[in-house]
Amino acid sequence: MKIKDLTVRFGAFTAVDSVTLEVPPGRIVGLVGESGSGKSSLAKAVSGLVPYSGSITGASRVQMVFQDPYASLDPRMKIGESVAEGLLRLPGQARVAEVARLLDLVSLPAEVAGRYPRELSGGQRQRVAIARALGAEPDLLVADEITSALDVSVQGSVLNLVRSLRDRLGLPILFISHNLAVVRYVCDEVAVMHGGRIVEHGPTLEVVSEPADPYTRMLLESVPRLRR
Amino acid sequence: MAATILSGPTSRPVLRRLVRFAVSLVVLVLASFAMIHLIPGDPVRASLGPAAPIELVEARTAALGLDQPILTQLTTYVSGLLSGDMGTSFLTGEPVSEVIAARLPNTLALALLATVIALLAAIPLGMWAAVRTENGRHRGTEAAFGTATGTVVAVPEFLYAIALVTVFAITLRAFPPAGKDGLESYVLPVLALAIGPIGMIARIARVETLRVLGTDYVRLARAKRLPAGRLYLRHVLPNTLTATLTLGGLLLSSLIAGSVLVEYVFAWPGLGLKIVEAITQKDYPVAQGVILVYGAIVLLVNLLVDVVLSLSDPTSAIKES
Amino acid sequence: MLRTPSAIAGTVLVGLMVVLAVIGPPIWGDQADLIDAGAILQGSSAAHPLGTDNLGRDLLARVLVAGRFSLLLALAAALIGAVAGVVLGALPSVLPTRLARLVTGAVNALVAFPGLLLAMFTAVVAGLGARGAVLGIGVAIAPGFARLTQTLAASVAGADYVSAARMLGVPRRRILVRHVLPNIAEPLILNLTQALGGALLGLAGMSFLGLGVQPPSYDWGRLLFDGFGRIYVTPVVAIGPAVAVALAGIGFNLLGDTLARRAARTTVPGKKATTSVAADTDKPDEGAVLEVKDLTVTFPGGVTPVRQLSLSVRPGEIVGVVGESGSGKSLTAAAIGGLVPYPGTVGYGRLRLCGKDVTELSRKELGTSLAMVFQDPMASLNPALKVGGQLAEVAVVHQGATRAEARGRAVDRLGHVHLPEPDKQAKKHPHELSGGMRQRAVIAMGLMGTPRLIIADEPTTALDVTVQRQILRLLREVTEETGSAALFISHDIAVVGELCDRVVVMYAGRVVEELPVDRLATGAAHPYTRALITSLPDMDTDRTLPLASIPGRQPGPAEVGDGCAFAPRCALATDRCSTERPLLSVYGDAHQVACWEAK
Repeated sequence: MKIKDLTVRFGAFTAVDSVTLEVPPGRIVGLVGESGSGKSSLAKAVSGLVPYSGSITGASRVQMVFQDPYASLDPRMKIGESVAEGLLRLPGQARVAEVARLLDLVSLPAEVAGRYPRELSGGQRQRVAIARALGAEPDLLVADEITSALDVSVQGSVLNLVRSLRDRLGLPILFISHNLAVVRYVCDEVAVMHGGRIVEHGPTLEVVSEPADPYTRMLLESVPRLRR
Repeated sequence: MAATILSGPTSRPVLRRLVRFAVSLVVLVLASFAMIHLIPGDPVRASLGPAAPIELVEARTAALGLDQPILTQLTTYVSGLLSGDMGTSFLTGEPVSEVIAARLPNTLALALLATVIALLAAIPLGMWAAVRTENGRHRGTEAAFGTATGTVVAVPEFLYAIALVTVFAITLRAFPPAGKDGLESYVLPVLALAIGPIGMIARIARVETLRVLGTDYVRLARAKRLPAGRLYLRHVLPNTLTATLTLGGLLLSSLIAGSVLVEYVFAWPGLGLKIVEAITQKDYPVAQGVILVYGAIVLLVNLLVDVVLSLSDPTSAIKES
Repeated sequence: MLRTPSAIAGTVLVGLMVVLAVIGPPIWGDQADLIDAGAILQGSSAAHPLGTDNLGRDLLARVLVAGRFSLLLALAAALIGAVAGVVLGALPSVLPTRLARLVTGAVNALVAFPGLLLAMFTAVVAGLGARGAVLGIGVAIAPGFARLTQTLAASVAGADYVSAARMLGVPRRRILVRHVLPNIAEPLILNLTQALGGALLGLAGMSFLGLGVQPPSYDWGRLLFDGFGRIYVTPVVAIGPAVAVALAGIGFNLLGDTLARRAARTTVPGKKATTSVAADTDKPDEGAVLEVKDLTVTFPGGVTPVRQLSLSVRPGEIVGVVGESGSGKSLTAAAIGGLVPYPGTVGYGRLRLCGKDVTELSRKELGTSLAMVFQDPMASLNPALKVGGQLAEVAVVHQGATRAEARGRAVDRLGHVHLPEPDKQAKKHPHELSGGMRQRAVIAMGLMGTPRLIIADEPTTALDVTVQRQILRLLREVTEETGSAALFISHDIAVVGELCDRVVVMYAGRVVEELPVDRLATGAAHPYTRALITSLPDMDTDRTLPLASIPGRQPGPAEVGDGCAFAPRCALATDRCSTERPLLSVYGDAHQVACWEAK
């Protein structure tokens, strides 16, 4: 997927200011920034949820996973029904089988399909949201702060899942987070956003070890570390 | 005043409200104009009755201009309104504007008094109930408060009016049963109008107070161990005022028209009594004029509340956009 | 649902109304229409308890019979209003933007209009009589329904699950049917109950004014109209219809309230909380700023989020309390600050602040020596008051300062937390400050007194990392300068590791480990602490290995059993772990751990 000169405006406010970015096949590109940096607006534009100017090419079937696992599943629908919503093209029998396959792909037991969202933990719901997105056979997955509402002890399993989806399916992923340590762990490349613009973009380890932009440096210095 | 409103940082929302007000006013004028024309059949015939001679009907129709093309009628109506001419009554021949001018102050007096009394009584009551039932304490009080306000709200004002007349005017002869004659004649109508709103506003004041009591800044004020009076008056009350002001405005505009039934019970010489007469006797120009004036006042009160709110609370203007 | 008096009254009254509507006309119909020339315009008598009308018909019978007609008219008006309103409210979501805005604007304008005015307008146009009144009341009800539908639909349409469905290419109609309607149906149906009551009263009002039902038909309002004309002579004739209208109105309103409350309430209060606590036997630690022993917080129904927690804080020390959501860490902070919400009960063996039992401390001592900082700086300052005034309050109330002195001190304290141009900031309202500045102002508020202990509950969670760093630095600086101690509560073990001197790890309401911060990264002994550290990605995590995570979930505050609460998720757990709870015991220098396997 290629983004060229993408701009998102809300009234007089420019949230994303002519951003150019590429997510190559089979790569996870991380987008980090603080609140108001424009990273979520960029994600929404790519997912077609907000109007924008500029061009987005090579991403015709974008799916997005949201931050709050408690709001992203319809409370009145069983998990299986929610996942099946992306599979309306399939006939009934094949749909049931596909739901089971998708749940298995995100390491959830098949019987979860018969449960309601409220019966699942935050981490499990986030897996369901990912399974639902995968059902649409996306050519780009946008993950918007998908672990920031989760406890640390379950965050790891969701991050591992994201990495394994790239490895197993070759799925390109735009991974948005405010947490540099998480981005460093998950992503192949990092783009740092500040004030609606991308101030630095490069391979993760390069950006993290030799930041070129002063803002990136400040972000890196701010990451809390255990004293070792 | 107008200049300062329009130049401040809040000018845009205020301007937008003015535009909205103007549009609503135009729609209202059109609606009141359309009223006579929407009546199926011939309104003049309907008004005069089937027995009226055809000449009279034709003369009346011509006098009203109803035989003119519709656009001509509209321009005549609007230009008439602009010069204060709202037509004349079918029945008495009085100019409608004079009828309204004579009666409007009486209606406004009732509505304003009832609004003030309802707010003064209900807000302390609601706050008290909130403080007492915070976090589910005193479930008995909560149930009693809920049942009492739920009951009070559910009884319509004309039943209060009838009950008050029966008890205090007919049985005890403590207050005049009808008409407007001196201060004591205000007591029963104002009470009848205020009782229901007291229940409603007390409820909302309780909910608002509970919301504020649950905020972090009140937790912080409690952690500072502020005395109770200071806590409630300085930290809680001001933050419930936005909702209260909105309510007061809505209440006032609903009471202006809601007083129709109470005016009817007390034969109060206000607009309400007039419109009921006008409708039952098919005096359309009067009905048209009174509805127009009611509507305009409601719009005006809502506009005032909006403007006062956006000026007193800058955050509300931000939320708007 | 039949728990409160209003629920009972509402259900009974509405039930009575329905029964009356069914049986009224067949039973009393003949009597109600029986003309008796010998008993015209009578008052109350044995034969006619509520009197008779101008044709000598029995008024009690007429009131009982009129119930059906009154209710049917109300039902018709409410349905007209509901259908029109729902259509109007749903239209904007299918119309093109401009038209949608027009409809929304029209609905907003109509909502502000008094219903009676709309009803009268409609009645004039539609003609006097029952049909006009029903239409009129329906029109009056519609805008409210439209507004409710719009609000509900907008909130559902903005939900993430609808965005997700849209991205999956689910057709618009299916989204409306499968997602939007089911999630808004309940409140709409609820509103119909209340609208039914409203319609009944509205119609009664119209008929009472002579604008509604016309003879020979009659509803309660019409009977009241007839009775009202005779009220000065025989007041009793107005009682029947008046009482009927009032009871019906009350019944529908109370029932509507009850249904609304039942829909809103999810948990039912259970039995009362009880707290039993071991007596305080050993000697208190006079040197500690804060000493907590066997602190327990209990809610009704056996919910115990904090269980026999002990910790102490020495002067100038920053102690971090770390745990995941549901570990009880925030309630621990609230309990120490005396802010546990009802119906929670706090029990303790010892709770001493500044060398005194908390119950012996005056409001002034508590207000000046204990400072609190909460998570959301947007919510921690009163939006209605200026920043300076809020700070000055402490000095005025507890230290007897004059307004000018207090203000001066407030500006000084704001400067102390590095707020630029403190005298200007003091004159601002909170919403004019950024999140980081507000959190600084809250800390400055704590510095108005002479704090001995600052309790900070997730003070940086809502802030960006760069701002978080500044606030952490400020907290460190403030404690060093004033000698105040701090209790720092956080879910983020890295933040705790950076700021604190000592770390207390909580799990399921209990302390599982307490250790000096320099041992945190490598010397932690409890399997939970170790798992927390390894599952946290940081700037040195090996990217070639999968990230650690802990299987399962933390037990809820009502589900904690006898053994070690972590045992079901622990790789080292033995049979003993699940039956016998390990106590916090000395593991090393200033290091305690509650684990059988930590050797």
